[in-house]
This record gives sequence, C-alpha cells and structure tokens, in this order.
Amino acid sequence: MSTDQTSREEQFAVATQWQLTWWRFRKHKLAVLSGLIVIAFYIIVLFADFFAYADPHATDSRRSHIPPQTIHFFDDGAFKPYVHGLTQKRDLRTFKLSYQIDPDRKVYLELFAEGYRYNLFGLIPSSTHLLGLKNAQPEDGIFLLGTDLVGRDLWSRIMVATRISLTIGLAGVTVSLFLGVLLGGLSAVYGGVVDMMIQRLIEILRSMPTIPLWMGLAAALPNTWTVIQVYLAITIIISFLGWTDLARVVRGKFLALRNEDFIAAAELAGASQFRIIFHHMLPSFLSHIIAATSLALPAMIISETSLSFLGLGLRPPAISWGILLQDAQNIETLALAPWLLAAAVPVIIIILAFNFLGDGLRDAADPYG
Amino acid sequence: MLAYIARRAVLAVITMAAISVLSFIIIQAPPGDFVDAYIANLSASGSSVSAEEARGLRILYGLDQPIYVQYAKWMSRVLVGDFGESMEWHRPVAEVIGDRLWLTVALSLAALILTWGIALPLGIYSAVRQYSVMDYILTTISFIGLAVPNFLLALVIMYFAFVLFGANVGGLFSSEFDLAPWSLAKIWDLIKHLPLPAVILALAGTAQLIRIMRANLLDELRKPYVITARAKGLPEWRVIMKYPVRAALNPFASTIAYLFPYLVSGSIIISLVLSLPTVGPLLLKALIAQDMFLAGTIVLLLGVMTVIGTFISDLVLMWVDPRIRHELD
Repeated sequence: MSTDQTSREEQFAVATQWQLTWWRFRKHKLAVLSGLIVIAFYIIVLFADFFAYADPHATDSRRSHIPPQTIHFFDDGAFKPYVHGLTQKRDLRTFKLSYQIDPDRKVYLELFAEGYRYNLFGLIPSSTHLLGLKNAQPEDGIFLLGTDLVGRDLWSRIMVATRISLTIGLAGVTVSLFLGVLLGGLSAVYGGVVDMMIQRLIEILRSMPTIPLWMGLAAALPNTWTVIQVYLAITIIISFLGWTDLARVVRGKFLALRNEDFIAAAELAGASQFRIIFHHMLPSFLSHIIAATSLALPAMIISETSLSFLGLGLRPPAISWGILLQDAQNIETLALAPWLLAAAVPVIIIILAFNFLGDGLRDAADPYG
Repeated sequence: MLAYIARRAVLAVITMAAISVLSFIIIQAPPGDFVDAYIANLSASGSSVSAEEARGLRILYGLDQPIYVQYAKWMSRVLVGDFGESMEWHRPVAEVIGDRLWLTVALSLAALILTWGIALPLGIYSAVRQYSVMDYILTTISFIGLAVPNFLLALVIMYFAFVLFGANVGGLFSSEFDLAPWSLAKIWDLIKHLPLPAVILALAGTAQLIRIMRANLLDELRKPYVITARAKGLPEWRVIMKYPVRAALNPFASTIAYLFPYLVSGSIIISLVLSLPTVGPLLLKALIAQDMFLAGTIVLLLGVMTVIGTFISDLVLMWVDPRIRHELD
C-alpha cells in the first residue's frame, strides 16, 4: 500500500505539465463525456454525407411534411430492421398527390448501402451511406426525423448542416483567437498608451448591442455573392465577438507571468524577448487559451444560428442549423410539422458539450493549483 | 470620484461616436446610394427621373461630396433629431419608429429587473444549501438556460402554448389595444403581456448570474469572519445577509453593464419570433428592403440607448459598492 502510494507520488513529481493536465481533466467526468460528444460531432462533420441517407437538396412535393418514422428492429422475433413503405394517394378535397405511409409493406434496411453520389472530403467520389433500403421502390425512404415542406429529409439535412455550423464556429474562433492573442499580447507587452487604447477598444466593443450591428453588417453583403463568400464574410463578422474575451485572458496571463521568477531567470540568462514569449511564457498559458477557446465556440455557434435563422446569415442552398430552423419560424408551420424543431436538438447538445468541456479544461489548465 | 464619473462619461461619448460611425457604414454599405434606390422606387411606381434631376438630387443630399463630409452632415442632422426619411414608408424615420423604441426599452428593463429579482435569491439559496436537491435542480436549469438560445426557447414555448392551450402568446397588447392611443388601460394591458417575453429574454442572463452569485457567495461563506459572526450568536439569517451577501454582490453588480447590451440584442430576435411591436421586426424589414436610413437610425438609437444604460449601471455600481468609491478617493 505504502510503496504503491510513493510510486504514485513519484510519478506525480516527474510528470510533464500535459500529463498533469490530463490527469486532472480525467477526473471531471462530465467534461470527458462532453469531449467525446464534441469528437463525435466533428466525426459527423468529416463524414456528413456518409451519415445522411437521402440527398439533402433533393425536393419532392409529394413527400411534403412526412412525419418522423421509427425503425422497427425486430421482424417476427428476428433482428431484421425495417421501415414501412410509402404509397401514392390523392387527397380527394385538394386533388393533390401525396405519399402516405403504408403500414402493410415492409422495406428492410441495410448497412453501407448505395445512395446518392457525393465527394468525401470534397475529393473522393463515393456513394456509400451508413443506412439504406434493400429492394426499395423509388418512392420509399427512411424518414427518421420526417421531411420539410418541399419534401427534403430532415435527418440528412441536419447531418450535412453540422458541417457548416460547426466549421463556421471553428473558423470564427480561429480568427478571434488570432486577434485576441495578438491584441492581448501587444496590450501586455507594450503597456502604456497601447494598452490603454486596446483596453478602451475592448470596452467599447463590449458595450455595444451586437445583434443589431451584425444584422446591419450581414445585410450589407451583396446578393450576388456565392455561398463561400458569404460564409467567409459571416465568419469574420461573428469573430468580432469572441476576441475581446480571449484578449483579456491573454493579457491577464501575460501580466501575471511577467513577474514570475523563471521569466526573470530567462531574462538574466540573456534570452531574447521572442524566446521568452514563445519558449517560456506560451507553454504555461496555452492550456488557458484552449479552455477560453472552447468556451468561446458556443457563442460563435449561437451567433451563426441566430443570423441564419433571421435570414441574414448564410443563404440557401447552403445548409446550416440556423437555415433549418428558419423553416420552423412561424407557429402555423410548427403546429403542422412540429418535428422541424428537431434541428434545435444538436444546437443545444453541442453548446452544452462545449460549455462543460470548457469548464473541465479551465479547471485542468492549472494542474498545480 | 468626480474624475471617475468624468472618465466614464468620456468613454460613453466615444462609444456613441463609434456606434454612429458603424451605423453610418451600415447606411452606406449597400451598393448604390440613396438616390439610386429612390429612382428605382419611383420607376417601380411608373414615373421616371432624368439624369439631370438625379444629379440635382445628389447635390441636394450632398451625395457628390466625400464620405466624411456626408457623415458630418448626417450627424449634424441626427443631433437635432432629424433622422431622414424612410424610403419604404415614405414617412420621417422618427415617426415610423415611434413607440417601438420605448417598448424595446420597457422589455429590456423588465428583463433586467427579472434577471436580478430571480438570480439574487436563487443564487443565495444555491450557495447556502450547496449540494441540496434544489441546488442540483437550479444548476441543471441554469445550464439549460445557458445552452438554449432565447429565440429557440421562444419557439418552443410558443409551440407548447399553442398545442396545450390553443393560445397565441405573441404580441405585447391585446388586439383591442393594438392601435389605441396610450391610456392607463393600455399600460395595464402592456404590463400583463410583458412577463412572458421578459422571462424568455431573462433566462440566459439569469442562469449566468445564479452561477456567479453562487460561486461568489461560496467563497465568502468559507471566510473566518462568517465563523466569528456565527460564534458570537448572530441568527443564521443575519450572518448570511448582513456580510457575505453584500461582499459577494460586487462582481455581481459589475455584470449589469454587460447584461444590458446583451438583453437589448436578445430582444431583437425574440421580438421577431413572438411578433412583439419593438424595433426588432422593423429593423429586420428595413435591412431586407435596404431602407437604410431607417435601419441605420435603429442601430444608432439602440446603441446609444445601451451606452446610456451601461453608464447608469456604472453609477449605480459605484453607489452600491463602497470599495469602488474608496479606491477612487
């Protein structure tokens, strides 16, 4: 018992900072779980089309507002997952053709099925999807979360939307990280007038109501811009939010570290300013930056979702969570097709996950405390 | 202390100037200028404008001059209360905005008061009864409050109100008061309608403040002076309320400055979902129709209002917290 304890203490004494941080982080169970959820979401980002099973852009007015359909896993006691097929029906009042679920017909599911064509990572052509139907009629389909007004499958659209919604958050955070580290660093290193100006700038930015300003800036983007151009512009617009917090963290850490003995020692040993900052200071607050970043990400995701929800962010045919939620904007549609709100679920999960992950990382960032 | 107030006032003025520049950028940003839009508007209704007349109009509105001159002219008109004319409504901007600005203020203030009113007692409770069932429930609600964007919450509440009660919970007035002139009855009607949107708006801020208050108070409760107070036989209620709560209140109060801009921002989005007659829906419509004087003015007024609110909250903070006052003397 006692030898075990000493060996653990020895281990603790010789562990690197990253090991200590990891051990501390591991104790925060909720943060670990959140970390796994975040990883799962980014796997979906990488393989969005693989997890989708229907072309997210394909419309079919006859499939309008099909309610969600569960997968039945057992058929006659054996594990043979199936969904019900569809039959064509004419509404006798409106004479409109529509597909209705046919409870008598079973269509079996298969894994790694052939489906619509897409390019994996935008490069490798493929048509393999996680789920698909075996020997299906052309009108049959899987409708895990139902369809929207024009008959596009919501599950597939949510999968593909993950790609834009989560990368725009990352891109936005990268830009604001750059601004935050640069301006926060300058503020701390030079002090005096530079520090005063940057701090006032941060105060000014923080006392402005952001949404009306973004709305104004986003609305000024020309209609003729492509999806990619709008994407980049929106990224830049929303990253003006995040950098102020990051700049404060960086400045605070810089100032605290400057008075540490090991920095004084490095200075006395003749290390250059550059070496002191990047070799001695950066590693000791990198973990704080990572934590601050993961706390800044949810704000980015909410910003993009809100702007797109208002119709001022990304525009169709781009697919993001905000664009999907735009369909659920009015009460008439919601009463008719409440499943359209399903696009809110991943938003809430990922925001919670990033918050808990950030909390855990922040606690672990200072393993000596 | 006066120096502190003066410094905050100067900063507030600088912030307003920055907001005015941004608003002007918004007015200027769309391709083409006001006269192009005006001509397009006229030709849509059948009449045409010659190139000569267009040049005349540009000179009249000073559009032939450099951008900073235009900004100075716009500002000089804004400062005397002339915000220009809304192109979509063909009426002065001030008239189009009308009561909507005050309703936005009323909604944001109601949300602010609610945030405080809810977060303070719950934060104290959560800290004093740490790890109790209620503490866990409050913590869970706080995290959900943080994670659900308020427009989503508005959507969900609207959906359930519709499904469960068949009621449309949108709007700030009953239909009979919608267009009625202001009267006591109308104000009472407004007060009856305000709580729901105010609660939706306040939830995220409340969640955050409960966390802050809980953490601050927990820090204070562990300090030796609390044990001393208890050892001296003070009743528990007084031990907690008299010292630790007041000490914990300081960082709590300093967040109001950031809370107010946040609430104003949020009110824009939930107004759209709940169709509230605030400036939110008007701003969105103006931006989509490129009615730029209207849009720019709304952004400017919201910004100025927020800065004034922040300034007032700074003064309140100074009054509440003796430590700030003494540091300044």
